[in-house]
Amino acid sequence: MVELKINNKPIKAEKGQTILEVARDNNIDIPTLCYYPDLDIHSECRVCVVEDDWGNLVTACSTEVRDGMEVKTNTPRVLESRRIVTELMLANHDTNCTMCEKNLHCELQRIASNLGIKENRFGSVWEKKEIDDHNPSVVRNPNRCVKCGRCIEVCKEVQGINVIDYMNRSHETSVEPTYGRYLSYEDCTFCGQCSSVCPVAAITEKDETDRVWEALHDEKKHVVVQVAPAVRVSLGEEMGQKPGSIVTEQMVAALKKLGFDRVFDTDFTADLTIIEEGHELIERVTEGGALPMMTSCCPGWISYVEQNYPDLIDNLSTCKSPQQMFGALAKTYYAEKEGIDPKDLFVVSMMPCTAKKFEASREEMSVTGEDPDVDVVLTTRELGRMIRQMGIDFDKLEKTPFDNPFGITTGAAAIFGATGGVMEAALRTVSEVVNKKPLEKLDFETVRGMDGIKEAEVELGGNKVKVAVAHTLSQARKVVEDVKAGKSEYAFIEVMACPGGCIGGGGQPYGTTNAIREERIRSTYQVDSTMKLRKSHENPVIDQLYKEYLEKPLGHKSHKLLHTHYTKRN
Amino acid sequence: MSVLQKILNQNPKTEDYLIETLLSLQEAKDEPYITEEEIADIAEHYGISPTRVSSVASFYTLLSLRPRGKHIVQVCRDVPCYLNGSENILEAIKKNLGCDKGETTDDGLFTLEETSCLGNCDGSPTMRIGEETYTNLDTKKVETILAKYREAK
Amino acid sequence: MTMEKRILTARFGKIDPLSIDDYIANGGYKALAAAVKMEAGSIIDEIETSKLRGRGGAAFPTFIKLKALVGEKEKTRYIVCNADEGEPGNFKDRHLMEQDPHQMLEGMIISAYVTQAQKGYIYIRGEYDKSMAIVKKALAQAREKGYLGKNILDTGFDFDIEVRSGAGAYVCGEEFALIESLEGKAGRSRPKPPFPTNAGVFLKPTMLNNVETFANIPHILEMGGAEYAKIGTESSKGTKLVSISGNAANRGVFEVPFGVSLKDAIEKLGGGVADGRQLKMVQLSGASGPILPADKIDIPIDFDHDIGAGAIILMDERTDIVDVLVRHAEFFEHESCGKCTPCREGNLHLVRILRKVQAGSATASELKAAENLADAMINTSLCGLGQSAPVPLATALASFGDQIRDSLAQTETKENA
Repeated sequence: MVELKINNKPIKAEKGQTILEVARDNNIDIPTLCYYPDLDIHSECRVCVVEDDWGNLVTACSTEVRDGMEVKTNTPRVLESRRIVTELMLANHDTNCTMCEKNLHCELQRIASNLGIKENRFGSVWEKKEIDDHNPSVVRNPNRCVKCGRCIEVCKEVQGINVIDYMNRSHETSVEPTYGRYLSYEDCTFCGQCSSVCPVAAITEKDETDRVWEALHDEKKHVVVQVAPAVRVSLGEEMGQKPGSIVTEQMVAALKKLGFDRVFDTDFTADLTIIEEGHELIERVTEGGALPMMTSCCPGWISYVEQNYPDLIDNLSTCKSPQQMFGALAKTYYAEKEGIDPKDLFVVSMMPCTAKKFEASREEMSVTGEDPDVDVVLTTRELGRMIRQMGIDFDKLEKTPFDNPFGITTGAAAIFGATGGVMEAALRTVSEVVNKKPLEKLDFETVRGMDGIKEAEVELGGNKVKVAVAHTLSQARKVVEDVKAGKSEYAFIEVMACPGGCIGGGGQPYGTTNAIREERIRSTYQVDSTMKLRKSHENPVIDQLYKEYLEKPLGHKSHKLLHTHYTKRN
Repeated sequence: MSVLQKILNQNPKTEDYLIETLLSLQEAKDEPYITEEEIADIAEHYGISPTRVSSVASFYTLLSLRPRGKHIVQVCRDVPCYLNGSENILEAIKKNLGCDKGETTDDGLFTLEETSCLGNCDGSPTMRIGEETYTNLDTKKVETILAKYREAK
Repeated sequence: MTMEKRILTARFGKIDPLSIDDYIANGGYKALAAAVKMEAGSIIDEIETSKLRGRGGAAFPTFIKLKALVGEKEKTRYIVCNADEGEPGNFKDRHLMEQDPHQMLEGMIISAYVTQAQKGYIYIRGEYDKSMAIVKKALAQAREKGYLGKNILDTGFDFDIEVRSGAGAYVCGEEFALIESLEGKAGRSRPKPPFPTNAGVFLKPTMLNNVETFANIPHILEMGGAEYAKIGTESSKGTKLVSISGNAANRGVFEVPFGVSLKDAIEKLGGGVADGRQLKMVQLSGASGPILPADKIDIPIDFDHDIGAGAIILMDERTDIVDVLVRHAEFFEHESCGKCTPCREGNLHLVRILRKVQAGSATASELKAAENLADAMINTSLCGLGQSAPVPLATALASFGDQIRDSLAQTETKENA
């Protein structure tokens, strides 16, 4: 126990806590910029300085409390120092805020505004730099970078990739990929974690809302939207509700108000993915095939394998992701059924993910070979933007169900958004198909939660089979290195590139922390537990789809529409 | 075995030897700078990203990612040398080489750079070329020294 | 009768630095032989009694570092010698390495014995080619004689030292930037605490000290801490190697007991100003040290009077204070690592404003901005570079303020805003 004072208020704290942690526990506001919960502390921006009883200015984020310490958070010396530090940042910044996507949501703006900065005593030294807009998923704008290092930290420590880092020294310091290159397919997985932690607009998701508005306002186009399982437990937060709010049917209502002709559920094709992938796994185990099999619904993970483990490409499931299965079905089965010319069909997908933009643009993701199966992917953040642009009062929306035929789904599909969800969904189907009897317990708790690598053991046809789940690419690397060395003990591995799974995706609401991820995960499993159908193979519409159109899992039509191949990249 | 491979084998295969590797590679080459290909090879050897290698190479003054002349002429510009006429020496060198600071001579033999204190203030003004530090310079000495490098090529 | 007291420099010019036998014949490695027969605690007591403080500029009491390492639970430990010597005006460490390298080694080995460290690094700046060659040879000789390696002097204690190279970055003279560089990274410092003694190289307990500091240790053990503490002043014990440069008649390294008069050192050792000119200013410690007017040099050489790393840069009547400030500001701007905001951005603005002062076009409010900026940098920078870069400016404004303000533009313009 440590006893200290902050602004003359006596406070009790735990040994080892920082001044910032103690202040936040006690609702005392100390502004920060480079600090981000769950990431290592580097103490670079110097915004969070406070004055201690030894007469020193210290950074609250990195300084531990001591017994008898007296901290003042707003003395004239502290405020002046914060002002100067902020003015210095602004002097090397593109301060055209009204034209910036982070206008009103920018952490630098908030700090400057709270300090009451009205003029900068330092002349501008900002020089216009090139914007990197050369990939489908994220945009780098060095004109706004404040060198806080959050993006580097997340890419290096959480993802273990380190595709961007500080270059040069002193005032020439910049955050860039190697050798002055653009972010590219060769080394970036487009997971977008960098864009989700940037305090300003130096790295953002590529905003494609314009393209969607254009389609929605084009009377000739039939515009459908599919929505990922992760979005329904995150969109509420984006619209100001508490983290983990389940807003499925308000979300559908909002999409209808935006003007979509049909609002469909990606959960439907998630169920379909389980059928296809489950049978693929059974085939590999019984008839031979590359094992362990690794899931393929995460495009960030696919890029990672293509770039770093191209020799393990055969281990990947050949199944497309639910997003892409949906796109393929929409432009064939749905178009035919509704009598719509696929060229007039515009498919939009709402995802928690920036890599999905890259996925939709992949050459293989086009049944016709000309137009993409999914025309535009928007992130949760972009969807929020569209809803605000329409002036929709989200809280007052009337609950509306998804449209049919792609609206009947199961709890197994709903849990795709959480790390371990795909595995659990697959196990529910595979074990019942192989063992030919219903599961006693549907919940596989050992694959749930925020641990980096999780395991489970199931009985399949009298054999004990081990499976693993990993999330974040740095944890995935550990599992995949074993596969490369030939000593993996698993038959099936699920990998999600983002922390927590898709609910922690690069396109999710700003301010995502591990605590918030856990809320979203909890809601995800709650959605599953309240659904009538909880196993993908019990979905009657999927059943119908096979009877009517696909014939059978892994059949000829499935291979053409629902399976894909990968490319070595490096 | 390539020059780079020999250098990589000189030190333990751990990334803390990255700087030594980059310095040795530059020294072993005719043109003292690191290419993008070398960055990729070094990254693969240590199991780190090419970006990390670029990040280190771009931080340190003695390392360069851009082509430079065979001999880097580093003229000290700091106060103790400045007080002893380093500006005159710099002008003399510029005239002799026919290029400005930051530039490379047309024959690719010299690149002229200003450098921070070389720790030879008791012999200022000073300059460093390759592994040699030259002290107590005057315009005549400078001519003699540069001529020696020209002859040696 | 010289005012020097040559303890560390006693062997300079008398021995072949490449001969370990010369070193041994002149008293070398006696202290180590005695040390390995003592308890670690007794050695620390001697260092504590001696009141040895760091010689790289920060002047931190050395015994505290030894004690801290011994008190750590973690058994993997490092001894690091900071031979980066980048502070302008300093060249004493180069002389120590080029003329008597074994002293520093002996000090490191004794420190390793006390702290049970297994590995030592000597981080030598990349431009010190000769020092690196000599120290590498000295290490090989020490290994041959059994002073390094396995089972040193039959004590069962293993310790070896490796030379590591800097690559041209003044900031790597700062302890954590140096450690980052040892780990193969860019030299960007870390927040303190934790300190290197708790989490240094690869986050293991590390004793990091200057060349001169380690070189003092064998002498302290030989004469005893109490005897050593008789030399110098209350706050600063022992001798200091000072580096006299600039417009001095005799530029070079001199060893003086703490407490002697700076004025005397300048006149008697430095020979006053060269070519019969007049002394105008003196800068102490290095580029990050105070600039004193010629009439303020009647002070003792000690840490209380900012001798720091020991540089004494003489500037004669031809020198314009603003020219010097600009050159120093350009140095810091070039050498800043770029990690923290006040130093990365602030140094550039100091350069711009000082260049305007130099050109006679700076306004009073721009100079005020520089003053406020200097304060903020001193108070909020992450490491010593940013904290001390504004020192020459701050001291110049105090001592030469009128002269500087006279050169300001007469009219205020809004162009700076």
